[in-house]
Amino acid sequence: MSDMVLMKGNEAIAEAAIKAGCRHYFGYPITPQTEVAAYMSKKMPKIGGTFLQAESEVAAINMVIGVASTGKRVMTSSSSPGISLKSEGISYLAGCDLPALVVNVQRGGPGLGGIQPSQSDYWQAVKGGSHGDFHNIVLAPASVQEMASLTVKGFELADKYRMVSMILADGTMGQMMEPVSLDIESTFTVEKPWAVTGTKGERKHNIVNSLFLQPEELEKKNFERFERYSLIEATEAMYEEYLMDDAEICVVAFGITSRVAKNAINEARKQGVKVGLIRPITLWPFPKAVLNKAADKCKAFISVEMNMGQMIEDVELSIRCKKPVYLCCRTGGMIPSPEQVLAKINEVNEKEA
Amino acid sequence: MKRITIIAGHYGSGKTNIAVNLALMLKKQGIETVIADLDIVNPYFRTKDSLDELNDAGIKLISSEYANSNVDIPAIPQDMYSIVDDKSSHYIVDLGGDDRGAYALGRYADKIKEENDYDMFFVFNKYRPLTRDAESAFEVMKEIEDASKVKFTAIINNSNIGELTDAGAVLSSSEECNKLSFLSGIPVIFTTAEKSVCDSLNDFEGQLFPLSLQKKII
Repeated sequence: MSDMVLMKGNEAIAEAAIKAGCRHYFGYPITPQTEVAAYMSKKMPKIGGTFLQAESEVAAINMVIGVASTGKRVMTSSSSPGISLKSEGISYLAGCDLPALVVNVQRGGPGLGGIQPSQSDYWQAVKGGSHGDFHNIVLAPASVQEMASLTVKGFELADKYRMVSMILADGTMGQMMEPVSLDIESTFTVEKPWAVTGTKGERKHNIVNSLFLQPEELEKKNFERFERYSLIEATEAMYEEYLMDDAEICVVAFGITSRVAKNAINEARKQGVKVGLIRPITLWPFPKAVLNKAADKCKAFISVEMNMGQMIEDVELSIRCKKPVYLCCRTGGMIPSPEQVLAKINEVNEKEA
Repeated sequence: MKRITIIAGHYGSGKTNIAVNLALMLKKQGIETVIADLDIVNPYFRTKDSLDELNDAGIKLISSEYANSNVDIPAIPQDMYSIVDDKSSHYIVDLGGDDRGAYALGRYADKIKEENDYDMFFVFNKYRPLTRDAESAFEVMKEIEDASKVKFTAIINNSNIGELTDAGAVLSSSEECNKLSFLSGIPVIFTTAEKSVCDSLNDFEGQLFPLSLQKKII
């Protein structure tokens, strides 16, 4: 146990990024994500890395584009309004086929919103969140340990597919403290022959660019990109199943709400209700296949979210609307209680009897 | 016990939990106690989370009216001056983490030192990633002293790994904590542990302070 430490979720992201070989961090402080930057500012100078507090979120994401072009592992982090500011750069990263890690520790919105936890940037995250035809890989941790492990995974997937990986956490995940094993490392590396590293006069120069004025050429680029996306959808979806073997009702929840849902499910099981949980770990690619399979034996689904109902659309699409999908939600920085979720489970159980 | 007890340390070291537990203990001993929440950096998990329990015990809490609200303003209420003005009560000051959190104490530092009836405890947790050894904790200690303009008088060993904390984890933290005491020249006043862990630490050498955990658990 002596290799365990007690960490905030935000710190776990920062430490895991360093363990994954990230030596370049560019950011701008915003609650409830600031500890990522604070940790980096303490640690990076000691290990020969770069911590830079940029003049704005827009500047920070453009610095990320610069380092990503050289093939180095690079990241930025922010919270909801700050991610909106970074969204232009995220589209440019996609258009240049550059790998990078972007962390969103969500707070309530829209607008400046509030500083309490939220999951209301789901649509923004899984639908690309900026202009153009593209996706980001979106990872949703549900524990401080996963904040660390999915950060490493995020860097690896970004490198593998030359695209942005986003950690979609929320303020509670960022602020809460849990025991973490730092026995983590990144074993996956790829060659990056496309990187802009100087030709030394020995090869043709590389160009990193998202401007393609000939429509035929741009269309071809987008076709290539979506072939990669198809491969990712077929092979990289991650999820956790909990008590699903005999479940008649399937709760779907990610991140912090999945923990609330588990408490409610345990209570419902005590009352004899056959209910289970599918927790998407990747929100893009969404674990469509496992949900669709569950729709063959479950009578109803409940999407538990900290927004007005965003993931529920992906649940409905995944199961081809074969079964009813109910929503159980809070918004604006409020967290659903286990009692609220339990009441919804019981209500749906009676309704769909 | 000195009239003012200031709790400071690395962020996430357990200051708020200790402040609340200390206040409850003092009140039980019949000492009129006020908690002053001077944390201007932490958005979540605040002293205010324990408001009901503090109210029930008859302990006054002075806290930013924005604490735990949706307003991200590091404001300090005017009645915070009672720390130095109201000499009839014992005050427990819950400071924010690191040097950034400690700046808030600076404006009261002259009066605190003039009265000279205070303790400032450094909360040490060797299982926090940036204070795993005495040297790095000592660095944080000096940064806090520079920012707050007040010197530490003792160390609280609050080493824990959350729910995984057992007697072994507490015992194996003593060496590093003693080293910190040697480096800084101030004593370890007590070692904390959750009540059930305390019960399994029968032959512990040193003062134990049993804690009940105050914070919301999800």
